Amino acid sequence: MPDVYTSSIIDAPADEVWRVVRDFNALPAWHPLIAESRIEGGAPSDQVGCVRAFRLKDGGFIRERLLALSDFDYCCTYSILESPMGVSDYVATLRFTPITDGNRTFAEWSAQFECPPDRSAELVEQIGRGVFQGGFDALKRRFGG
Amino acid sequence: MKVCRSTVIDAPVDAVWDVLRDFNGHYRWHPAVARSDLEDGRRTDQVGAVRDFRLAGGERVRERLLSLSDRERHLRYAIVSSDVPLENYVAEVRLKPVTDGNRTFWSWSSRFDTPPGRERELAGLVAEGVYEAGFDAVRARVGRARGLAMPRPPRRTAAVAGSIDGTAISIDRYGSADELHPVSVSAPPPGPGQVRIAQRAIGVNFIDVYCRSGYFRLLEPPGVPGMEAAGEAIDAGEGVRHLRAGQRVAYACPPVGAYTTVRTMDAALVVPLPDSIDDVTAAGGLLKGMAAEFLLHTVHPVRRGDIVLVFAPAGGVGRLLCQWANHLGATVIGATSSEEKARAARAAGAHHVVVPGPASLEEQVMEITRGHGADVIYDAVGRDSFDHSVAALAVRGHLVSYGQASGDIGAREIGPLAERSATISRPNYGHYTGTPEQVAAITRRLFDAIERRILTIEVNHRFALSDAAAAHRALEERRTTGSIVLVPD
Repeated sequence: MPDVYTSSIIDAPADEVWRVVRDFNALPAWHPLIAESRIEGGAPSDQVGCVRAFRLKDGGFIRERLLALSDFDYCCTYSILESPMGVSDYVATLRFTPITDGNRTFAEWSAQFECPPDRSAELVEQIGRGVFQGGFDALKRRFGG
Repeated sequence: MKVCRSTVIDAPVDAVWDVLRDFNGHYRWHPAVARSDLEDGRRTDQVGAVRDFRLAGGERVRERLLSLSDRERHLRYAIVSSDVPLENYVAEVRLKPVTDGNRTFWSWSSRFDTPPGRERELAGLVAEGVYEAGFDAVRARVGRARGLAMPRPPRRTAAVAGSIDGTAISIDRYGSADELHPVSVSAPPPGPGQVRIAQRAIGVNFIDVYCRSGYFRLLEPPGVPGMEAAGEAIDAGEGVRHLRAGQRVAYACPPVGAYTTVRTMDAALVVPLPDSIDDVTAAGGLLKGMAAEFLLHTVHPVRRGDIVLVFAPAGGVGRLLCQWANHLGATVIGATSSEEKARAARAAGAHHVVVPGPASLEEQVMEITRGHGADVIYDAVGRDSFDHSVAALAVRGHLVSYGQASGDIGAREIGPLAERSATISRPNYGHYTGTPEQVAAITRRLFDAIERRILTIEVNHRFALSDAAAAHRALEERRTTGSIVLVPD
């Protein structure tokens, strides 16, 4: 089972970063790859179990279910229900941890999934660098870091 | 209360983890810790190990390693006892890679209770004095900006005119085999009663492990372990008559300090070696052979027809006891744990071997001896075997308890010994091999027994002196058979 792990340092307090990213429907507001998003069935975006349906700027359509959300740990976990990437059993976690030294934030984004073996390296690269690091780079630009 | 501090170190996570996972190594970098010793000979990465800190202010703090994960780069520890009033203190250290820049996120946190009114003071001490000071120290050690840590400078003893330089294996503190490291030494010309020896082979014994770990306080660190070696006398001091320059010599005696290429020491207990015994055989067999000699000839003179029970008959001293007792005409019973060791015991001359089974050791011995029991028992197992040994004795039998591989025997009732009029001895090596006359008599008989092949010294493992740590690990992991010898590189 391929494993992706990306981490970074964002030069802002963790609670400030968390305020932006905790909204499960807010990807278009901070992630550069996402064009639009909505929560299915009109559910609140912090209701565990809700599904976000979003479209990438390249046109791809993805549905993801919120599995866990913690304002205490600054952490959320979600799974992919539908995507053009060709992965299955995809579960990802996004976590922000305060760095007391400098009042900064340690950001981690990880995922595990199944895919055909010959696509594993390509998908790890695409998810780890394109999606996760791309998201962190956007947060660093926004907050500094 | 809870204290949490975290930082980012500009070094790869594995480099930081190398520093932090060494539970007994924090004194090397943490400014608040003056000294750290691991208790009970445990290893630095052994979960359950207790480190005994002496803080820079003189306070003592003992902490137990609760968990260690190389996969998660995470460890937890708790204070066991402390001069600083932190109660129920459990701390955790966690490292994570920052893939963006190949850096390290480090979090250090704890929960604890304090006496009322001292919360702020002690939380500040932990957060700043311990955690943040530790961050800075490790950053200075591994961080890219400040370069690499300096290697440990070699220590030199004050050079005396005519000294000969060499290399020894030393420890700076009690601990695991990792503590053994080379240092430069200088052997001065021998004073009155001394000899200077160019060492060719050095014996490794389990007592060296106890010496290194601090279980036996045979040396105060820093110091050089080792009890036996063989080599060539370079020169001898005034008043030394039994040795001369150029002669092959050997010793197996305190003080420790044998892990070295050259040594100046008291000559009294150093003996000349006959040509028939090479350096490696002498270094591998002198200590064990001398012990076997006085156990069988002085502690309990074994006679023809005696029934002798030997524990660990495949081990270093046990094997020699079997060979020699057999030669003396005794009926030899070996008590061991496996069929493989039983074969080794029989090859060494044991007539019978008992292994754990449905019948107890004493029942097996009584059956073999038709109810007589053992006239003498050589028992180096200690705690686990003691009661069985007493029960396996013949009337007026003699239990010679000369070691404690399974742990201290502790306090025992002596009343039950009257059931057999039993005698118990606790011989100490130094009390039988402490004078030149004793050593001369013992080695004369020992060398004779080796020359006549009554005893065979099996040196199955040779390591370079610089690789002494590997020799210790092999010995501690019970991966060795026969003797281990270090040879100067």
